[in-house]
Parts: sequence; C-alpha cells; structure tokens
Amino acid sequence: MGVISNGTTLLDAGALDSGVPTGAMTLIKTLTASSSATLDFLNGASSVVFDDTYKEYLFKFINIHPATDVRNLTFQVDTGTNTNYNQTMTTTQFNAQANEADDSTGLGYNASGDQAQGSAFQSIMDRVGNDADSCVVGTLTIFNPSSSVFAKHFMATCQAEQTAESRQFFTAGYVNTTTALTRIRFKMSSGNIDSGLIKMYGIV
Amino acid sequence: MALISNGTTIFDAGAMASGFGGSMTFIKKLTASNSGTLSFVNGASNVVLDGTYKEYLFTFNNIHPVTNGTLFHWNMSIDGGTNYNVQKTTTTFRPFHYETASDTPEWAYATDQDLANGTGFQTLVQGLGNANDENSSGTLQLFNPSSTTFVKHFMSSVNMQHTSSAPASVNWNAAGYGNTTSAVNAVQFKMASGNIDAGVICLYGIA
Repeated sequence: MGVISNGTTLLDAGALDSGVPTGAMTLIKTLTASSSATLDFLNGASSVVFDDTYKEYLFKFINIHPATDVRNLTFQVDTGTNTNYNQTMTTTQFNAQANEADDSTGLGYNASGDQAQGSAFQSIMDRVGNDADSCVVGTLTIFNPSSSVFAKHFMATCQAEQTAESRQFFTAGYVNTTTALTRIRFKMSSGNIDSGLIKMYGIV
Repeated sequence: MALISNGTTIFDAGAMASGFGGSMTFIKKLTASNSGTLSFVNGASNVVLDGTYKEYLFTFNNIHPVTNGTLFHWNMSIDGGTNYNVQKTTTTFRPFHYETASDTPEWAYATDQDLANGTGFQTLVQGLGNANDENSSGTLQLFNPSSTTFVKHFMSSVNMQHTSSAPASVNWNAAGYGNTTSAVNAVQFKMASGNIDAGVICLYGIA
C-alpha cells in the first residue's frame, strides 16, 4: 500500500520517498558486543549500507569494554569481497592524559600509534582498561568510502579510563587506495570485546 | 490503528517508526539572559537525560559572559540537580593563536584547568572576553549518563575569543570521566565569575 498526497507518493513499498524529511543523520546499524572477537559492518549484509548512499559515515563507540586489560581498540577496512583487512594507511595520532593522583599529565604526538603506509589495524584508543567500570567511548568518521578517485580520509576521537587515568586520543589519516571500501572491522589488539555498542550512521 | 506499507509498519499506536526524524533528536534549548546558571534536569521542563539515549550532545552558541576574562564551565549531578559535584578526572589542552600574526602560536596542556578526581566544575573555556563581539561556541558529548555500570565519559571542544588583552582564537579541548557508577541525571553550566550575559545551549539525544 502506498500513501499518495496531491499526486506525490510519500510512502510506497515500505520505503519513504526522498522528499519526506528523515533528518540528516541516519542510524544504519547497531552492533552489540558480547565477548566478540570482531565487530564487522559489511555493505549489503545485515541491512548495512556502506557505499555511495552517503558521503560520510559516522561510527560511535558506546561503553566498549575489553575482555583483556590494557588493550587497544583498532579498526581496518577492505575492498570488494576481500576479507584480509589489510589496506594501506598513513596516519597521525596524538593524545592527552591525566591521572587521578594528580601527579602526571601529558599532551603529545604518539609515534607508536601512527602508520606510514602500514597495513596493520589502526589503533584509535590505546591501552583500554578492563576494570568493571572502565570502557572507551568515541567517534570515527570516514569520508566518501566508495570513491574511486580519492584516498579515503578518516578522523577518530576516543576517550577512555585506564588504571585511574583519563586518556583522550585523536587519530586521523587516509586509506591509501582509490578502490571503493566495502567493509570495516573493529577489534581489540588482543582478546575479545567483552561488551559495548558500535553504532553506524550515514550523514547526508 | 497502524499504517502498514508493504509489510513495514509506518505508524503504530500514534507513534512514528524510526524512519522518520533522523537519529539526532532536539530535546531542549536554554537561552541565557544575564543568567547565573543554565541547568538541564531530567524530567523537568521537558528535559530528557536518562537511558532514552546512549549519547547526549550539548551545543553552545555565542556564549557571552558578563565578566571579562572569566571561564565557562560545567558539572554533573546524580541527585536531580540538588548538588553538582560529581568527582571527575579530566584532561584539558588548547591551541592558542593570536590575532597578531607575528606572535608565536601555542599548543599546550593546561594543567590549571584539569581535575584529578576533583568535584569542582570542569572548564570548557578560560579567558573568555566580554567585548560585544566576543563569545564562545562548541560542543560537549556525554556518553551513557544513566549507566550504573560504567564511569561517565565526556568530550568537549569549544572555541573562543580571548580577552582583548591578548586577542586570540583559542580552541579548548577537555575530556574525562565522571568517576561514578551512579546515574547522572542533571547537568549545569555557569561562569566562574559573573553571569552568562547571552547565548544558547541546546541539548540533543543521539539514537
């Protein structure tokens, strides 16, 4: 059944017409970790859209809790039907930290967290604690992943607590390929993601 | 009555399906007018600050102080706004670029604006000018404030014009966590000295 107003189809076949306002930020998919080794978003699978439908994709990390103490939250991407998750990246990373004891603060470039044409999983949050109340939150934005012209830029900002210390990490860079990305994978540097949500949005 | 199109429920029980409206929901706008404080309290004045959303976003538009050179800061409450004194550990840094191009830009950690399990208000910006055109604007993200398991992480990024004694663009970045596993249900903003002369703070829920 469709809904037609003054000759314009508003709803048809279960879909909204593009003229019906739905907001500029659309929730595409929520993945919930439950002792998960990886959390993957694959274009075309499980209602995930990761193509040229949107020029920008936003991922949000809500209370990601690692199974193993002091592990990094990381991501990689891949193209086509490839599942190696080893695309070449060049990236930057800096961070700020301060501890509860008020005897240590810092702000600086994190040379151990960047990549220079590397193909490893990119850390976006370093050394996440696994105390019961510890977790990481944050965002990752990927721009125009389906472009066949440009490299794929991304920016991430994450915040976590580890061993009574507040740590904020800023990571950015580009996936150095002109092939369209089709998938993204998140995982800890080792051990599982014990719990938490990763939400994927498309930005019009 | 439900409206169902090709097997998909569009309306049901008077509510729209999630396809409408997008994922960012406007909740409340507070407009300062020589205001001592601006507070968002769950359940009061149509404010939602509970488990409805996993993330809340505050936006600051043209926050203008009465007092020159003061700082704009915020705190959380776990008792519905009776007390704004949640213990926090935070980081704060800012790039600082003067209007005089020959002056060297600065980029440094602000040790005097962070908290180490302190209960005081957390700085969003410091040294804010009160000339007619001076103000600050930015955002604050607060994650899952209603959790009874995790600490309450936040991240803010606010830009401002420094006082005319050293006119500059300063981008303050503060982040950290409310070190409590009690649900946070109210947030308050104010100046360290004097009132908030003008400006708007909006609250959004992110689905």
